[in-house]
Amino acid sequence: MKDWIFSTDHKRIGILYLVGSIAAFAVAGIMALLIRLEQSGLGPTITSDATNYNVWLYFHGAAMILAFLIPGLTGFLANYLIPIMIGAHDVAFPRINSFSVWLFWFAIVLALLTFVIPDPPDVMWTGYPPYSVQTAGNTSFYVFTVHLMGFSSILGAVNFLCTVIYMRAPGLGWNQLNIFVWTVLGAFVLQLIFIPVLAAAVTLVLFDKYFGTAFFAPAQGGDVLLYQNLFWFYSHPAVYVILLPAIGTILEILSTMSRNPIFNYKTCVYGGVWGTVVLGSDVWAHHLYVSGLVDWLRIGMMMTTIIISIPVGLLVLTMVGTLYKGSIQYNTPMLYAASELFLILAGGLTGIPLSMTSMTLHLSETYFVMAHFHYIMGIMATFAVFAGVYFWFPLMTGRMYNETLGKLGFLLNFIGVNVTFAPLMWIGVEGMPRRYFDYAMFPQFEGAMKIATVGALIIALGMAITIITWIHGAIAGEKAPHNPWGSKSLEWTHTVYPPGAGNFPTPPTVSADWSPYNYGKHTAHTI
Amino acid sequence: MKKWVFTAAMMAAAPLTAMASSAAPAAEGAIHDHTEGWNNLWGHLVLDLGAIGVVFGLISIYMLVSFVRKSENEEGSLPGLSLGGSLAWTLVPVFVFLADDMYLAANGFKLWINQRTVPVNAREVKLTAMMYNWEFDYGNGVVAEADANGRPQLFVPQGQPVVLRMHSEDVVHSFFLPDYRVKEDVMPGRITYEWFLPKQIGENVLTCTEYCGVGHSNMFGKVKVIPAAKFEEMILAKSGAATPAPAAPAEGAAPAAPAAEGAAAPAAPAAGK
Repeated sequence: MKDWIFSTDHKRIGILYLVGSIAAFAVAGIMALLIRLEQSGLGPTITSDATNYNVWLYFHGAAMILAFLIPGLTGFLANYLIPIMIGAHDVAFPRINSFSVWLFWFAIVLALLTFVIPDPPDVMWTGYPPYSVQTAGNTSFYVFTVHLMGFSSILGAVNFLCTVIYMRAPGLGWNQLNIFVWTVLGAFVLQLIFIPVLAAAVTLVLFDKYFGTAFFAPAQGGDVLLYQNLFWFYSHPAVYVILLPAIGTILEILSTMSRNPIFNYKTCVYGGVWGTVVLGSDVWAHHLYVSGLVDWLRIGMMMTTIIISIPVGLLVLTMVGTLYKGSIQYNTPMLYAASELFLILAGGLTGIPLSMTSMTLHLSETYFVMAHFHYIMGIMATFAVFAGVYFWFPLMTGRMYNETLGKLGFLLNFIGVNVTFAPLMWIGVEGMPRRYFDYAMFPQFEGAMKIATVGALIIALGMAITIITWIHGAIAGEKAPHNPWGSKSLEWTHTVYPPGAGNFPTPPTVSADWSPYNYGKHTAHTI
Repeated sequence: MKKWVFTAAMMAAAPLTAMASSAAPAAEGAIHDHTEGWNNLWGHLVLDLGAIGVVFGLISIYMLVSFVRKSENEEGSLPGLSLGGSLAWTLVPVFVFLADDMYLAANGFKLWINQRTVPVNAREVKLTAMMYNWEFDYGNGVVAEADANGRPQLFVPQGQPVVLRMHSEDVVHSFFLPDYRVKEDVMPGRITYEWFLPKQIGENVLTCTEYCGVGHSNMFGKVKVIPAAKFEEMILAKSGAATPAPAAPAEGAAPAAPAAEGAAAPAAPAAGK
């Protein structure tokens, strides 16, 4: 126990991030199930108090984004893998790393207090004032959770940028880095620049609510839209903080399982990843198309938003191209990775109408938006985390998971998400608004809601099987053979499973023609 | 390689030709009904995105199905890219995406101008939002009454565009008319607007789409489209009832409000009376 609490080993810290974020995911998942059950029929079904429902919505959104997806990808996967992938013995600042994981755990505990305090926050994860200031709900729990998570992420960002810049193995050049390392670098640059803005925004809400200031109170000279700009100034880039490492994880798996190098590596890195980082910070106003913002800013951001399909398109092209003439092995991580091609297609293409100001006049704040971002962010990134856990499971535990159970869990999850979100997307186009406790004015949507509830139950079963598979594998799985997937990357070739302190029995050095993707006849020069 | 570049170039050209053919101007002086415009553009989008989706989906399925590992030691044989190949695989898709993007943006912008330009003959209604209700004020002290169930109702004349000048008394709300494909946020401290053209006699749902608290999903009511003559009659009867009362301050305040705070709202022609 003491070994874990005081550990400064990046691998243990990574596992701690995983346990914390999966705990948050489980609670957020139960909230999602309650939400779908409540919507399964017209009128109140499982609760008669709309505030309960609003608290579920708040917790589901805030926990999924801040406590599961971001820490799952940039906390767990980045922590565990980046030092090993670049051939380093640990991160640049191991104690700060330990501090940031415990900040994250405190944030999760604080978030979970939502369910025991008398007036839980009911402000949605967006926390728009004046509602978040006027509500009887305890907004401060939301604000302090964001502070702790944000502080933790900023420390992580500094730590990992330093680690990758200064601690690469001798001879390891920038163009030989794993694609996952690049995507995490992009994500951390975004975190470092934009988290302070979110922290400022929610702190001003705190001041307005508890200290009587009026930053967002128009009657005293404040401005409601100021908050929305500040909030989305971070929270849109946050989407790419999630998207980029998720795509990085998927690309690692696609490349390894098809034994092919990354297709058009340099374009993927410098065009796809960094193009997304640069453009991703200039599109936030597309969340404000119907907010009453000045018209010229809406049009400007429509252009940047539409154009961001280009770097994202390049990333998708790399994903598809990496499979060409490959030698694909289908196991659980590869099934998740392959399904991403379709999730990204469904989520990405439905984003294009939403990038257009004229379309959002009808579509914004409906189930269409909700289904869109669940496909591209919620499900896509969740599947990426799951794929990552399965893919690096032998490395982390030294054991193999049960392939049959893994595939069964995948199948249920994949069917479940589509049964849930396809009907919801459809009724969104028909005009069903989000965040509704009841939908008495739209009785025609009850059938679709019932189908979605069935889907949610299928997902719940799939998730339960998935988590059982992990626990079973970690305790009783067969011993993992060396390099089970035949990868060329340092984390598989130069370590024992699980790696001990210092990661490598002998610190690796790499030559100029080495690449983590040296499959077939390729060397680093030919890619 | 050449075949691919050619195909890509054709794909890039397709939206441009489509744009040229869809640029037929609407009849001079007619009211551009943006509800229909939205439905048309949505149809375009479903085709455009459906085509991209099918192409990418088929390519993905082809990749996933045809390159399955045959023997344990088999490795992939993705051909390496030369500098030229690498650039081609970057620039050609970039321009294909860009061409489609520009086509969509141009069409979207055309509709947007229509959605945000209020016709000169629009009937102006002042909307006040509050937790958890809507109030509609036609000027001269004429307000729309709630129906028998206490639900807000907005009476509008058939065939005449209606513009809503909106503000909120408390938190952010959003006024949504699903059937007319239009919404805009309603907030304290600023005046926002939206307009629509009621064409068919009947009822349409009006509702709130910005989360505003425990009664958020209960902020719904009806738009009631009635014949123009009947509508004018109703307004006249109500304002007749309102004038004898000493309503001088109320009367002065109602029309003055949009003008005084109009600086915050984008310039749009006032009701042409």
